[in-house]
Amino acid sequence: MIEVLFYSASVIALLATILALTRSNAAHALIYLIVSLLAIAVLFFLMGAPFAAALEILIYAGAIMVLFVFVIMMLNLGEVGEAQERGWLSVKSWILPGIMAALLFIELLIALSISSEQTIALTSGVAVPPKEVAMSLFGPYVLAVEIASMLLLAGLVGAYHLGRRFIVRREGVHEGGDS
Amino acid sequence: MSELGTMVFGLVLILAAVGGAALVTWFERRLLGIWQDRYGPNRLGPFGVLQVAADMIKLLTKHDWVPPFSDKMVFIFAPTAIVVAMLLGFTVVPFGPDLYVIDLNIGLLFFLSMTSLAVYSVLLAGLASNNKYALLGGLRSAAQMVSYEVFMGLSLMGVVMLSGSFSLLDIVEAQRDQWFCIPQFLGLYVFLIAGVAESHRLPFDLPEAEHELTAGFHTEYGGMKFAMFMLGEYLGLILISCMIVTLFFGGWLGPWLPPLLWFCIKVFIVICFFILLRAAIPRPRYDQLMSLGWKYMLPLALFNLVVTAVIALAMQGQG
Repeated sequence: MIEVLFYSASVIALLATILALTRSNAAHALIYLIVSLLAIAVLFFLMGAPFAAALEILIYAGAIMVLFVFVIMMLNLGEVGEAQERGWLSVKSWILPGIMAALLFIELLIALSISSEQTIALTSGVAVPPKEVAMSLFGPYVLAVEIASMLLLAGLVGAYHLGRRFIVRREGVHEGGDS
Repeated sequence: MSELGTMVFGLVLILAAVGGAALVTWFERRLLGIWQDRYGPNRLGPFGVLQVAADMIKLLTKHDWVPPFSDKMVFIFAPTAIVVAMLLGFTVVPFGPDLYVIDLNIGLLFFLSMTSLAVYSVLLAGLASNNKYALLGGLRSAAQMVSYEVFMGLSLMGVVMLSGSFSLLDIVEAQRDQWFCIPQFLGLYVFLIAGVAESHRLPFDLPEAEHELTAGFHTEYGGMKFAMFMLGEYLGLILISCMIVTLFFGGWLGPWLPPLLWFCIKVFIVICFFILLRAAIPRPRYDQLMSLGWKYMLPLALFNLVVTAVIALAMQGQG
């Protein structure tokens, strides 16, 4: 039963990712990417990492992808964007990445067939509850967490700074127009 | 519960949620009528309750039109997303000590992720309609829901800290001595407002503000597709009410009466409160909505988080 779920979710993830890469309409590509993320969340859940699955949906599908869709709506590219995108999808431009991805896929298959016993041991039936994730995040990995949060804070301050300058300039123009 | 029992309960839950959402549309109009000194729908059946059936027949027999200028696949997909996401959200709600579909140890996160997926319905509807008003409505709702989601999650972390679990069953059990609405008063306040904004109910229904955006994201929708949006919205209302009851008002806990009845009574009261909000409060401007969110609600949620953490830590040190 679980194997069926696992493989169907994997097939959905693979198909959705391929479709996301090959669509020329940006909105459709994003929808396929969201489907792919949801399928990956199912995979995480089946492999005993419910917390990672929840975060995958909450952060990636629920927040980051929403912002992507938001930007696409703001730009509202339409037909022109689609034509441009179609130009980029020529055989010449994807043949090299395609070969590299194929090589990686073959490597993955070989690695899986060799170390099947170990991988099964890693993913068999042991669910990691959220408490354990928190314990390890704030236990042995606390330094990494702190550094990541520091970097994020720097990013936040930087984004705020850029956005603020933009607003001040616009207000200046507005005031000039009024007087 | 056995696997079969869970399946049957899940089916009953879907029917009850959809039926409940349909009933709430009628109940809301009646209650609004009373508060606004008029009758509301009172002609069909006892107290006008058959108005629901009449509305349904009307919507079902309407022409199911897909605008030729729209992005057809996305246009048809959009209304289903919100209904599916909201119905999935119901799976983690515990209606009684043994009455639940699944007790996930990430129950709360599951609920949050399902509400965040519901955004897509509105966004994609706005995008696929290929219409200025729909696009503006979709953009607004994206901004509104993404910003209110942030502190919706944050406001619940106090509850998680006090109960020490993401599982909704454990959270209810942790409220045996005291409901979380008292120690987590600020959390409840923030969650309530975020909940109204997430389900874009009337004080915060800017995505579909009819006086400026005709009907916002569902301008181009009619018939059953429009009905799906309405169904999703009312399912969201019921789901948020269920979560408020579970997280802050002790879920099924209560003396004398059976647990399920207690749960239903509490949910009913919260739904009445939401309808009262709709009747009593005018719609804010869009910039007011955003500044309320980021300037007041987010700091309040963070303050609540810090204070709860300090108190929880101090109590742990004592005990």
